[in-house]
Amino acid sequence: MAWLNLLPLAIDLVLALTLLWLAWRALSSPDLFRAVVLFIALGLVLGLVWVRLDAVDIALAEIALGAGVTGALLLAALAKLQPGATDSAEPASAAEFAAALEGDPDTPRPALAERAATGTAPIALGSTLDERPVGAAAGTAPIALRWLIALLLIPPCIGLGLVVWQLWVPAPGLTDLVAARLDESGVTYPVTAVLLNFRGYDTLLELAVLLLALIGVWSLSPAPHLDDAEPEPALAALSRLLAPLMILVAAYLVWIGAQAPGGAFQAGSVLGAAGVLLRLSGWRLSPRATGWPLRLALVLGVAVFAFIGLAVIGLGQPLLGYPAGWAKPAILAIELAATLSIGTILAALFIGGRP
Amino acid sequence: MNSVLVFALAGVGLILLGLYALLVQRHLLRKVLAFNVISSGIFLILAGLARRAPGAEPDPVPQAMVLTGIVVAVAATALALAMIQALRTATGRTRLDDDGED
Repeated sequence: MAWLNLLPLAIDLVLALTLLWLAWRALSSPDLFRAVVLFIALGLVLGLVWVRLDAVDIALAEIALGAGVTGALLLAALAKLQPGATDSAEPASAAEFAAALEGDPDTPRPALAERAATGTAPIALGSTLDERPVGAAAGTAPIALRWLIALLLIPPCIGLGLVVWQLWVPAPGLTDLVAARLDESGVTYPVTAVLLNFRGYDTLLELAVLLLALIGVWSLSPAPHLDDAEPEPALAALSRLLAPLMILVAAYLVWIGAQAPGGAFQAGSVLGAAGVLLRLSGWRLSPRATGWPLRLALVLGVAVFAFIGLAVIGLGQPLLGYPAGWAKPAILAIELAATLSIGTILAALFIGGRP
Repeated sequence: MNSVLVFALAGVGLILLGLYALLVQRHLLRKVLAFNVISSGIFLILAGLARRAPGAEPDPVPQAMVLTGIVVAVAATALALAMIQALRTATGRTRLDDDGED
């Protein structure tokens, strides 16, 4: 029965090939909508791969964030950018051809004509009709350039593959170092100990990056106009059922993170996904809550983390070094605040725009 | 040849595919997809390196780094998409064309 030992390897080979095939299809599909859906499928298969790699934390985050929230973001952006259109539609009429040459085949023609008429079109259409290379309408670079880029990219990637191959000597890495100090970390699960204690600096900066991204999104545009259309009954009923369940799952994940896979990021992702679901089913914050209460929820994670990290200096500890015995309550307080902030920031990133 | 090495090498393949699409595709949304595929490839290599010791517990430090990376990648994607929409509003374009002098 020696072939049974090869079965896991065969499954992993199939998973790896599926990953590469999905990535190629997602990146080369002429239809943008199909590309986004294939990309979401890629995230789900990647979640399976993380489980095969014994990285359940990453699998949780990948499914909720990589496939879930990113997918929702991409679909929402696609709907705003190109209502009901594809990327590579062959220009059929002269007007569409002109629109394609203008650089965006899906620009609504009346709008284009209007801008051309008022002289605000980015480029004069007539002057560029015969200057544009043929490949421009197809959405990719000309074929000779594509081959050149492919040929130039292959050697460095073969080199990277060889480096990975040669690094493959059995090595424990930092596992032993983490295990030796795990007792002092305040939690019993190594990944949470690394995130919230040993490498707390990374996590604090990561929360700051999330907040910065939201500030960037808010500074680009005001909040989109919210249409008052009633949600479909099935969606409304489903969200009423699912949203409390997701909040419960988030609370469970943040609590269990101290001793098992889970923690602030996974819990925050689930909370953010609940926010996206509620937004899609027509629920919105009352105007009273979009002022300082919303902003308080957004910055709470960074604020609590930074406050505790700085306050311990007064107790004679280094920056972010929790005093003995205080690590567990400090980590729990940080994780609760971070979960709330990550969930709110992710939902706000999905809604997009300053309220 | 073990399973973990297969996934790490698949990560190298994802980086190659992503870099190629990033350079070749002109639609900005496709460039964002390509960025995400590249980051997935990097995460696969990192998490693979965390599992080099056979049969032992995986190294928690690269795992924590990948977890951090996924969240940062989502935030960067959201910002990039908002910038594409702002570009679309300002110029009506969703592509980067070498020859679109405007």
